[in-house]
Amino acid sequence: MTDSAPQDSTAAETAAAETAPSERGLLARALDSDIFHSFKGSKVTMLAALVTAIYFLGALFAPLIAPYNPFDMASIDLMDSQIPPVWVEGGDPRFLIGTDDQGRDLFSAILYGSRISLIVGFVSVLFAAVLGIGLGLLAGYVGGSVDTVIMRIADVQLTFPAILIALLIDGTVRGLWPGADRSITAFWVMVVSIGLSFWVQYARTVRSSTLVEKNKEYVQAARLIGIPPLAIMIRHVLPNVLGPVLVIATINLALAIILEATLSFLGVGLPPTEPSLGTLIRIGQNFLFSGEWWITIFPGAALAILVLAVNLLGDWLRDALNPKLR
Amino acid sequence: MSEAAVKERVAADRDTLVEVAGLSRVFDVSKPWLNRVIERSERMFLKAVTDVDFTIGRGETFALVGESGSGKSTVAKMVVGLLGATAGDIHIDGIHMTGPVGRSDMRKLRRRIQMIFQDPYASLNPRWRVERIIAEPIHAFGLATSNRDVVKKVGELLEVVGLDPRDGRKFPHEFSGGQRQRICIARSLASKPEFIVCDEPTSALDVSVQAQILNLMSDLQDEFGLTYLFISHDLAVVKHVSSRIGVMYLGRLVEVADTEQLFSAPKHPYTRMLLDAVPDLGMSGRKRTPVSGEIPNPITPPTGCAFHPRCPLAVDRCKAETPKPRDVDGALVACHMA
Amino acid sequence: MTDPLLSVRDLVVEFPTRRGVLTAVDGVSFDIGRGEVLGVVGESGAGKSITGSAIIRLLEPPGRIGGGTVTLDGKRIDTLSDDGIRRIRGKRIGMVFQDPLTSLNPLYRIGRQISETIQTHLDVGASEARRRAISLLEEVGIPAAAARIDAYPHEFSGGMRQRVVIALALAAEPDLVIADEPTTALDVSVQAQIISVLKKLCQERGAAVMLITHDMGVIAETADRVAVMYSGRIVEIGPVQDVIRKPNHPYTKGLMGSIPTLEARHGKLTQIRGSMPRLDSIPPGCPFHPRCEEAFDRCSRERPIPEPVGDSQVACWLHDPATAREEAAS
Repeated sequence: MTDSAPQDSTAAETAAAETAPSERGLLARALDSDIFHSFKGSKVTMLAALVTAIYFLGALFAPLIAPYNPFDMASIDLMDSQIPPVWVEGGDPRFLIGTDDQGRDLFSAILYGSRISLIVGFVSVLFAAVLGIGLGLLAGYVGGSVDTVIMRIADVQLTFPAILIALLIDGTVRGLWPGADRSITAFWVMVVSIGLSFWVQYARTVRSSTLVEKNKEYVQAARLIGIPPLAIMIRHVLPNVLGPVLVIATINLALAIILEATLSFLGVGLPPTEPSLGTLIRIGQNFLFSGEWWITIFPGAALAILVLAVNLLGDWLRDALNPKLR
Repeated sequence: MSEAAVKERVAADRDTLVEVAGLSRVFDVSKPWLNRVIERSERMFLKAVTDVDFTIGRGETFALVGESGSGKSTVAKMVVGLLGATAGDIHIDGIHMTGPVGRSDMRKLRRRIQMIFQDPYASLNPRWRVERIIAEPIHAFGLATSNRDVVKKVGELLEVVGLDPRDGRKFPHEFSGGQRQRICIARSLASKPEFIVCDEPTSALDVSVQAQILNLMSDLQDEFGLTYLFISHDLAVVKHVSSRIGVMYLGRLVEVADTEQLFSAPKHPYTRMLLDAVPDLGMSGRKRTPVSGEIPNPITPPTGCAFHPRCPLAVDRCKAETPKPRDVDGALVACHMA
Repeated sequence: MTDPLLSVRDLVVEFPTRRGVLTAVDGVSFDIGRGEVLGVVGESGAGKSITGSAIIRLLEPPGRIGGGTVTLDGKRIDTLSDDGIRRIRGKRIGMVFQDPLTSLNPLYRIGRQISETIQTHLDVGASEARRRAISLLEEVGIPAAAARIDAYPHEFSGGMRQRVVIALALAAEPDLVIADEPTTALDVSVQAQIISVLKKLCQERGAAVMLITHDMGVIAETADRVAVMYSGRIVEIGPVQDVIRKPNHPYTKGLMGSIPTLEARHGKLTQIRGSMPRLDSIPPGCPFHPRCEEAFDRCSRERPIPEPVGDSQVACWLHDPATAREEAAS
């Protein structure tokens, strides 16, 4: 097909193009954009964003907000264990929603636990994203056998469930460094295993976008003046393939948090002295039917709400960015 | 011909800037290895360009005309070095592009060659501001040292193509198709090239915008002494801008002639067919003989002369033997019947 | 025109957006006579495709008809219900779009698609429908139609596919065919073939054609009358000989001058400075006045009303009888 009609965008598309000059700052443009408008139009999304923000801030300022530091062994008194929430008979106003079997204040534990969940979540998503984007760019741009090798590794990767990977890595680490500080090794074990489970999604999406961008004339114009391939990949192609990545990352964050909770629940996560939400749920499970329901229910609810909020945010982001995605 | 002979020819004929000889390009379009083994299918090759020869003089505009599958875009990409040649030689100002060329020689050569593409929407990185886009060649070839110098040069280039220097701060999507093509032209001028390959630069533009761009390109050619290789499917446009024209069909050059001659006395039946297909806008009452058939599949081209299934003059020889280009009245024609 | 087939009066098509209502088509009026070919020509953004889409109510949301009337054979079709307009499409108005790849359903054989259209709109049985389909394919020039009728769209080349689309458009024997850039995606040598097929079939059936295109060459060869659109309005409409050879409106003059032709001499092409205004910044008065060499003060204040000039109608104050009188007086 040699002939193409002059770009005859519909009037709607013409209207949608930015009319204001781009000399205005990034913030001004962002607030005026269609995305922000779609955000303001959906109450559910705004609520989800608010909830996520609350968790964020709570986790960030945990040392300032929490009445106690649940990780500080000195501040815990076994005599305080299994106290119910303050509105139930036998409750103690010192511990708003009760304590767990070790005597830790549940409210503080949830705050600190969310912190761990969010940090592990973010770092592992970051790891997955960097790995996935890098490999996807490489596979898409270089092509040929590099592409084939990376994609087959990706296929194999997908056959391994994250939990299995975590157990494998955990076992290996314990074997290689038996004396290491468990809280640090466990953190990295989780980050690496969660990251390894998720990178493939990024790689595939970035690879297909790269394949499209690679053939566009602006890339050829850069090749023409002799810009080296690595510079083209990072400076030209990368900014144009990042669009879907944000959406994937948001949804992945929710999954990563659940995964971390699962791993902690199974005992592969952080040690019980530094419980994350998953650990708390596990501990509480033992007491569920003997009556101390609060030890599992509150952390469980906290986890569920966080994951739901992040998921909703990711959903909205995907829909809002979709028609704009080239 | 040998390296030395080419250098001699070019030195003697100071006017030749580009020399293309025996240029061919074959693409391997076979199915993946596994499929071939299982299905026992043969390898398949697409001969996009076969045995193309032409020269371009300094300051001249040479046009390559053809429809889809003619290979004209492939030739363009090979001439600028975006695509490798399977066979044949390309010499630009005596330098053998398709042979082993040193890094610094290649860099010097790259500065002198540029390309303007067809799609003004895909030719500019949507995430870069216009001044960064135009400055890229300036930085790549080290043509300016200070930031202020670069900004000044970019501003000058924008003015040369009829835009405002302040437009440099904007993003490509804020411009119309014609304006984007001007930005592309500005970018191509940034390295002060001598030779620009234009791949259907106005095909995606409206007619009135096309006129602006063609006029601009002509002015720039006069001002900067540029040489153009102009690729197009539109014979009327080509008549307007070029001094010599090569007509391509299914990867081969079927006719090469001066513009006047090609239009007044076309020798190859395909050229005549193309001319007949151009609509009669002057309403001169020119009779249009309807064209027959369609372009064949380039993977399984017809034997002998690829045009013979559609040719009113075809005889048995045309089916058996591929005609070689020969001189007929000053034009090069690849036809047994010319 | 007496007893036109299609009559469009003051058609307005608008797009409500966050920043306000954008008017893509602003008061367009024309008639199409039975069996005639009306070309609608203009550059991108002029609103010609949107006019065609509005007539058959296939506007992309949020586009909507904001005013005016569309009358087919004396009856209003712009106010019909969804069901009503569906019955019109295919039966009374056939459509040929630019991209043959998306006009045909890739999952169904072409024979089935054509027969289905015939059976839906005409009262015939399956075997009769198939017979007619084969005969249609032969008419549009598909070789070995009886065998090819059971092929899938992807088994045809671009030009052949567009012929099938033309057959499909004419299958239910409509009175009007709206063709929106029917040859733009095809090779040059094939374009001529397709246009002649379209013209031949429509002439034989007495079907009128609304040929929307940016290619003046196609109009010159095919149309009886032509309407030139600019910024959502018709600036000139008249017999094709007159508009092309002796254009009256400055925009039409500029347009014709900027087209390179085989007959013209080498030299600079006429160029119109600037470009068509965006929908959100259409100037007051005549939308062309900022780019017009012959504009004067009235042009920037009042929107021109179409005036008859010869057999054409021109929307330009230069051709207003009052202006002529002023000039004669000065």
